[in-house]
Amino acid sequence: MTELRTDLALIAQNVAQGTRVLDVGCGDGTLLQVLRDERQCQVNGMEIDPGDVAECVGKGLSVIQGDADKDLAFYPDGAFDYAILSQTLQTTMRPDQVMEELLRIGRRAFVSFPNFAHWRVRLSLLWRGRMPVTRLLPVAWYETPNIHHLTVADFRAFVEERGIKVEQAWYLSGDRLRGTSVANFRAEHAIFLLSRS
Amino acid sequence: MATAAVIAASEVLELTEPLPLDCGQQLEGVRIAYEAYGTLSPAKDNVVLIQHATTGDQHVASPHPKTGKPGWWDRMVGPGKPIDTDRFYVLCANVLGSCMGSTGPGSLAPDGRPYAMRFPVITIRDMVRAQVALLDTLGIERLYCVVGGSMGGMQSLSLAANWPHLPERVMVIAATATMPAQNIAFQEVGRQAITADPNWQAGDYYGTGKAPDAGLAVARMAAHITYLSEASLTEKFGRRLQDRQSKTFGFDADFQVESYLRHQGASFTNRFDANSYLYITRAMSYFDLAEEHGGLLADAFRASEARFCVISFDTDWLYPTELSRKLVHALNASGAPVSFVELSAPFGHDSFLLDVPALDRVIAGFLSR
Repeated sequence: MTELRTDLALIAQNVAQGTRVLDVGCGDGTLLQVLRDERQCQVNGMEIDPGDVAECVGKGLSVIQGDADKDLAFYPDGAFDYAILSQTLQTTMRPDQVMEELLRIGRRAFVSFPNFAHWRVRLSLLWRGRMPVTRLLPVAWYETPNIHHLTVADFRAFVEERGIKVEQAWYLSGDRLRGTSVANFRAEHAIFLLSRS
Repeated sequence: MATAAVIAASEVLELTEPLPLDCGQQLEGVRIAYEAYGTLSPAKDNVVLIQHATTGDQHVASPHPKTGKPGWWDRMVGPGKPIDTDRFYVLCANVLGSCMGSTGPGSLAPDGRPYAMRFPVITIRDMVRAQVALLDTLGIERLYCVVGGSMGGMQSLSLAANWPHLPERVMVIAATATMPAQNIAFQEVGRQAITADPNWQAGDYYGTGKAPDAGLAVARMAAHITYLSEASLTEKFGRRLQDRQSKTFGFDADFQVESYLRHQGASFTNRFDANSYLYITRAMSYFDLAEEHGGLLADAFRASEARFCVISFDTDWLYPTELSRKLVHALNASGAPVSFVELSAPFGHDSFLLDVPALDRVIAGFLSR
């Protein structure tokens, strides 16, 4: 298997064989390639960076240059078995609307994001009173693309409020899985498998 | 990269069957001038069909016989180039209605006189129908890829929609599925410039020693502006004067940009027929792939099995990205696999013909597998 980031590997393992997948913010198409070549999925991508789109095209992938905030409207209802949004939610203008779109075009959605309530982040704020610069959030506040920071607890509240069903969740610290109860404190990032039930 | 493409064929084929047209008429004895580069594989599975733009021709990667200039896509087509003639058998035919060897208004009708305005009004689909007849004659049943820029891209879409069994890949560059009003407007300006020229003589200028060169030159000048961008004009010419220190307070070409356009217009008349310009721009104005398919563009691609790649340029205001996005939206809705990228390039609509390395990468990538 191609060397995949742990969160992407987790998603890849949990996508059913031969399904239709859209990866929103697919970057250079690494996850799509794995899903196509190793899980025989029909894969599509959306990516905002034209250089990354060109690279995807060179890998034989079907990728549309677009913006998660605006261009998910391109797709008909239920066009995919899975819509994937990995490490992108916190960069969107309207995460709530992007979530609604994901669950409109995908029967299920994988959403992963960095957890702003991880203890290192809390410590940075508590002791130094400074916005954190950590391994997963390496960029200073003024130039970070992450404009909507959220925590595991925020996300859980959000999906409950919206009547979105959490089918499964994974919490990662480095490459290690953490338990649900300590996730909001100990997870550096979280991956949710969601559906509209 | 500097190696020239080797021409495998430069021929004029005469169709044995009459060619039916969208207007209801049919044309007898249609001739199609085409060029081929590279080697056709025994399985005939390596054919790339290139479709040219409004005033383009079959000389994709060979010198133009009238101007001596390199082929119009010389930088893209050749050994080791993005459309690699070491791998692909590359075909390009002069479109129906043109004047570089294929049948057009300047060709002789069965009565021995030029068609002139007796030539039937043709459509983009008619152009493609002629190319499909050429492929049939050559025994080619599948296209590895069909690729076109501008009017060529409209032909690529028409081929994908109307002959869905033919292409495996479709690449559409700086084009549209439906000609918008602004473009029809510019096309009409060009046609009016030609028909207002007294030398046009209701189209019957062949053999009179007088042709509507002034009108055709104005048409070309107007069109040429639409192919560029404000930034590229400013960078290339600014307000610089042409070989003079000050304005002449007359109507000479004082500015470099005026001189450049006059040169573009005049040199165009040496290589292009005015009536062909009328017919080809008319075909473009008529182009509406959605209308051909019951008003819903997505329906045009329902039978397609091809993968699509749609490319636009950020400075192209003649065929802006929004038109490509509409097309991509329809392709998505039809379930066709599609890639889309808006490339950044300074040259306006003409970017597809010029030095844009990102375009090379996307084309090579799309053809690679």
